[in-house]
Amino acid sequence: CTDKLDLLPTNDVTADIVYSTPEGYKQALAKVYGAYALTGNTGPAGNKDIQGSIDEGNFTDFLRTYWYAQELSTDEAVLGWSDPGLPDFHNMNWSPTNPALTGLYYRSLFQITLANDFLRQATDAKISEHGITGSDADAIKAYRSEVRFLRAFQYWVLIDLYGTPAFVTENDVLGANLPQQIQRADLFTYIESELKAIETELLDPRTNEYGRADKAAAWALLARLYLNAEVYTGTAKYSEAITYSKKVIDAGYSLSSDYRHLFLADNHKNKNEFILTINYDGTRSQSYGGTSFITHAAVGGSMPAQSFGISGGWGGIRTTENLPKLFPDYSGTADKRAQFYQDGQNIEIKDISLFTDGFGVTKFRNVTQAGVAGSSLDFADIDFPLFRLPEMYLIYAEATLRGGAGGDKATAIAYINKMRERAYTNTSGNVSDINLDFILDERARELYWEGFRRTDLIRYKRFVENSYLWPWKGGSKNGQEVASYRTLFPIPSDDLTANPNLKQNTGYN
Amino acid sequence: QTGSISGLVTDETNEPVIGASIFVNGTTIATSTDLNGNYVLSSVPTGNQTLTIRYIGYLNQERQVSVSGDITVNIQLEEDDLLLDEVVVVGYGTQKKSDLTGSIASVSTDDFQQGAITTPEQLISGKIAGVAITSNSGAPGSGSTIRIRGGASLNASNDPLIVIDGVPVSNSTISGSANPLNLINPNDIENFTVLKDASATAIYGSRASNGVILITTKKGKVGATKIDFSSQFSIATPYKQADVLSADQLRDYVNTHGNDTYKSLLGTANTDWQKEIFQNAASTDNNLSISGSLKDYLPYRVSVGYLNQDGILKTGSLDRMTAAVNLSPSLLNNHLKVNLNVKGTYSKNRFANQGAIGAAVSFDPTQPVYSGNDNYGGYFEWLDPDPTSSTGIKQLAPRNPLGLLEQRNDRSTVQRSIGNIQLDYSLPFLPDLHANLNLGYDISKGEGTIVVPESAAASYRRFQDDNQNFYSGINNQYKQTQQNQLLEFYLNYGKDLDFWNSRLDVVGGYAYQAFSTTNYNYGDYSIDGQLRPGSTPLYEFDKPENRLVSFYGRANYSINNRYLLTATVRTDGSSRFSKENRWATFPSAAFAWRIIDEPFMMDTKVVSDLKLRIGYGITGQQEGIGNYDYISYYNLSTGSAQYQFGDEFYNMYRPGGYYYNRKWEQTATSNIGIDYGFLNNRITGSVDLYYKKTSDLLNEIGQSAGTNFSNKIVANVGTMENKGIEFGLNAQAIQRDNFNWDIGFNMTYNKNEITKLTIEDNPTSPGNKYAGISGGTGQTVQIFSVNYPRSTFYVYQQVYGDDGLPLDGIFVDRNEDGVINENDLYHYQNSDPKLYFGLSSNVNYKKWTAGFSLRASYDNYIYNNVFSNTGIERNILNPLVYLNNGSTDVLNSHISGNINGDRTLLSDYYIQNGSFIRMDNINIGYNFGKVLKNAGDLSIGFNVQNAFVITNYKGVDPELGNGIDNNLYPRPRTYVLGLNLSF
Repeated sequence: CTDKLDLLPTNDVTADIVYSTPEGYKQALAKVYGAYALTGNTGPAGNKDIQGSIDEGNFTDFLRTYWYAQELSTDEAVLGWSDPGLPDFHNMNWSPTNPALTGLYYRSLFQITLANDFLRQATDAKISEHGITGSDADAIKAYRSEVRFLRAFQYWVLIDLYGTPAFVTENDVLGANLPQQIQRADLFTYIESELKAIETELLDPRTNEYGRADKAAAWALLARLYLNAEVYTGTAKYSEAITYSKKVIDAGYSLSSDYRHLFLADNHKNKNEFILTINYDGTRSQSYGGTSFITHAAVGGSMPAQSFGISGGWGGIRTTENLPKLFPDYSGTADKRAQFYQDGQNIEIKDISLFTDGFGVTKFRNVTQAGVAGSSLDFADIDFPLFRLPEMYLIYAEATLRGGAGGDKATAIAYINKMRERAYTNTSGNVSDINLDFILDERARELYWEGFRRTDLIRYKRFVENSYLWPWKGGSKNGQEVASYRTLFPIPSDDLTANPNLKQNTGYN
Repeated sequence: QTGSISGLVTDETNEPVIGASIFVNGTTIATSTDLNGNYVLSSVPTGNQTLTIRYIGYLNQERQVSVSGDITVNIQLEEDDLLLDEVVVVGYGTQKKSDLTGSIASVSTDDFQQGAITTPEQLISGKIAGVAITSNSGAPGSGSTIRIRGGASLNASNDPLIVIDGVPVSNSTISGSANPLNLINPNDIENFTVLKDASATAIYGSRASNGVILITTKKGKVGATKIDFSSQFSIATPYKQADVLSADQLRDYVNTHGNDTYKSLLGTANTDWQKEIFQNAASTDNNLSISGSLKDYLPYRVSVGYLNQDGILKTGSLDRMTAAVNLSPSLLNNHLKVNLNVKGTYSKNRFANQGAIGAAVSFDPTQPVYSGNDNYGGYFEWLDPDPTSSTGIKQLAPRNPLGLLEQRNDRSTVQRSIGNIQLDYSLPFLPDLHANLNLGYDISKGEGTIVVPESAAASYRRFQDDNQNFYSGINNQYKQTQQNQLLEFYLNYGKDLDFWNSRLDVVGGYAYQAFSTTNYNYGDYSIDGQLRPGSTPLYEFDKPENRLVSFYGRANYSINNRYLLTATVRTDGSSRFSKENRWATFPSAAFAWRIIDEPFMMDTKVVSDLKLRIGYGITGQQEGIGNYDYISYYNLSTGSAQYQFGDEFYNMYRPGGYYYNRKWEQTATSNIGIDYGFLNNRITGSVDLYYKKTSDLLNEIGQSAGTNFSNKIVANVGTMENKGIEFGLNAQAIQRDNFNWDIGFNMTYNKNEITKLTIEDNPTSPGNKYAGISGGTGQTVQIFSVNYPRSTFYVYQQVYGDDGLPLDGIFVDRNEDGVINENDLYHYQNSDPKLYFGLSSNVNYKKWTAGFSLRASYDNYIYNNVFSNTGIERNILNPLVYLNNGSTDVLNSHISGNINGDRTLLSDYYIQNGSFIRMDNINIGYNFGKVLKNAGDLSIGFNVQNAFVITNYKGVDPELGNGIDNNLYPRPRTYVLGLNLSF
């Protein structure tokens, strides 16, 4: 009678079944990728990846929480909502129980855990065990390199934001031991070695399916990693940053003609410029995070929802005056990258909770180039480029200015002017000389709201310091410096509780 | 000089009584009757003496005798009306109440709550110490939260096991029904027995940690045919609503605090939205039963019931038809006793959209109900000033509360049948041995449709197809079935033993129970039948199952009717655990001592009953956890959660979190109790002290990042304690021919404390937050923390000004680090009452009866989410540029919500004392006696249910299952007129 107690679920299956066919491998690969696009296995919500009392839509999406951490902590954005922990970003008083920081940490390690599982299931031995051969087997081997790339990308997120996360690879038996904590310099070495190991295995630039990583993605991440190496390890690697940004630049990418087409519902048309994207779709890839969040949360006040391709705004995010003041004019007459909404908005922020204090930002709009709304008014079709060509230009220029070998300033200026010619639609904005301060400002003008600002300000030593202030920095209206340990976020309390091997980052105990 | 007294003690049927105690008052001379009912008292001083004869279940007798030499005194005992000898249903059998060793309370029809009771558990609300029954809301058919001795778990279930006529029933709600128990007609119920301590519950082993409720339904009896008809008519009235600003108050407020934009939004109407959505609601409940027996050997009872109940929230209703058949024949010369029960329910529900309650609290009272045009069904809605808006409606603004109700048609049909056949066979050659077979089933089917018209604002233009065409409204369906089976077999052997006047009673058995649910999946359709893209279900249905296999045994051993021993053991296997952890054994032992029957008690006149009970046992728990997740299964994502590579979209395979080592949660309970009786048992009752310690707590703990596919998993980590005292008392204050007054009182003190939560102690981690609230996405207000009760609030400490009013957005920096953040949250009060009470009283005077029953709760704290969410300026002058109404608390607190708004929501200002006294029922009745030419008996009664609540709490109702007041469906006051006619 006791074998009656052996029961199986109706629809869910074991690993043996998933990984028995090439299709199963691809559906598992889709989850490794999808882990940074969606919050769970039911769209838009309801079957979440990250469990607990943490809100699925608000705090467990990769891009949304990454955006909170990278943008709300800087001069580029403020948010009026009173959701728990969110005002702490601009006030720069976040704690180890901050739900967005907790969600982002677990999201990153969730994608890493999925990657490790995939790698364990996709060894040569396992593939042949399942009787998969020929081109099917080759495809799965290619997936392996991409999965290692995704893992390296999330470790880069962790090294940049948290510094010293828990560290697991496919060699750790799942659940057997508590992971060790990795130090920042060691993690740097690991990410670098992984990316270099797969650099040759990945498909050539621009030959993979849209949305999947190729060699250029690995190079782009290496370039970004090297640019910030001094922050991560104390040792500068600007020459390497030049080498790898140049590899991407020379890989056949080109700028799209219109900057204002980069963040629209049909922005997949920018494959010439985008190196790797997180793909979103209003009907088939739904969540309350991603570009749906950026698009909806940016609309409030008198901003007309329909022209953003949404049924209504959430009235949340705006910018401080520092960002618009980097442009020659607020309305984008000269520099088309200035996409601000001013009607009824005050440039000065007296009250962060009021949407009308601070300019609106109209960069992300869920409408096509032709002005037609996306496939859903509730979820955006806009893909999010994790890497696009201009960042490589900017890395090349900055690394050159910072003394890296192998670059030259004239080339750097030429790259910068390519971006500015697109922005101005003519050469009137071209520059003849550049310096590091200019690069920081140019990064803001080109890449604002794309999740770079915190990393940039830290590299320029302007994030916590008194030398650069913005409205309400550190919770004070005119801005104030904050403790230097806040250049790293804390390891979430939840993981410290679960894993005694972990030590909290300095300052947060 | 002495003599002797001897004689025979018999009962009312002249059968000898074994073990009756006989004392000579004022001496130490005592004895008890032998197996033939005979007794001998020797060395009795001559002269006039008084004999006292005591036997359980019979009235004490005193007899004056004159002793001279050897005399004979035969005594016939009279049965005690107080039913001390009442037979109590226990797990797998029955026992005389006097023989019980565990903490068991029983309530029968006479003591049930009166009035319009539509769901069974409400019959015993407030009647039993240690049992807290909180109705979940005032909605028709809504269920209750039942907590026996506080509940034993954190993340697993805290609900007791419910057994109906021997069939443990699933406590999971079937789709389309508000509550699984409301499919049982309360009028068919004869008795509730609540097993509270481990020695009573351990026979149910793995599912007994939260107590067991045994429900016995009515049966036929040999004798004349009896027909009972009862009819009730009731009116429910919404007697209290949330205290919000009137239209004029809101106009004043906006004109004072708002800028021109907000002032321009004000309307000129005076709408009381709560008045618009609530109504007086009528109900009828009619029941007819026929019981009797065919010849002498087939007792039967057949009943039908029809309940029609409207909700006080407009549009909601419940229509329920029930039928029950019981046959209880004795065959084969009484060797085979059969008990057949079949119960069926057919219920039709319409669920009112309860979102309207919160909407009515928040909706601007200066706006009219109807807009005067045909848009959105004619209802006033907040419009988007943006002329290009696709819907024309202001997004995120609340929708017209009346529209939410009237434009949503959510109807379900639910059918359920529970039945069992129990065969009890006593072997002809060994009549002390009974074999008992019980086969039971519990099947139900719930299905329904949700229809929302095209015009409704709530789902206007809610999706597009690929050609950018908009679709509105809803036309969806849902369906679920449940199929549960039970097979049980046990042997029972009872024997009087030749030594020590002792008796042994042994039960041993096997049980198999299977639970299976089928959830059907459907797409999401617009009113005109357009499938929403991405909503096509992957699978037609999902069928979660779990099973239990059990072996159990019990031995009762009594010596001299004074010393009672019980030992039980149950071994359970559950499909929810891996093979290694699947089986667990749950033992218990108990001892009871009938002190009153000791010779040294013979002189007591005041004390008429006294029994000491001591028990210890271990029980288990496996509800509230996944059916399969001891290993990882891969789940395929839905059509709206695909990932795009190139031009293709792929469903994603996700490995699920798992916990291979999960095992049974175990609760060890120690119980010490005294049953007492005074004044010839006109006052009876019991006192119990208990200590429950749950270990291997099924507790959702964090997984070290990178080690599992889920960051949280329900694991066996932690310990928790419940300590408590229960006191119960029943008194017959007046006992005369035409005048009786009975009083019942009970009191419970329970203290819960979590003693361990994590594998490694981490003093920097406060614990696990839970209990989401309205007003901030992802905000929680309660926490599981070591050294604190389970339901503790976790909040910021408000700073107050000299005027005693809260300072807006200012909180105490409790850790003094100069920063106000989550590290300054602190533990403040908890939502469980420190003490709770029940009091009922019933008076009979000639043909009149009158009674009441009330309950009280002391120091239960409440998070007033209505105040915190609506009673702030930020809510009224909404940043998205529309007006809301709010709690009048905003006029006192002056809290804006704009300064540190995320922390203000968690201010301890909103934690409020919810102590209350609730008059559950006041009733009066008159018995006309024989009517219709002496053919029938007629009585009529009038009840007021939920007559009043005395409390300092400022919200609508302080009685909340979870301690969070967030627009509870209010419990109405109900006036009930009922008549009973029996033939």
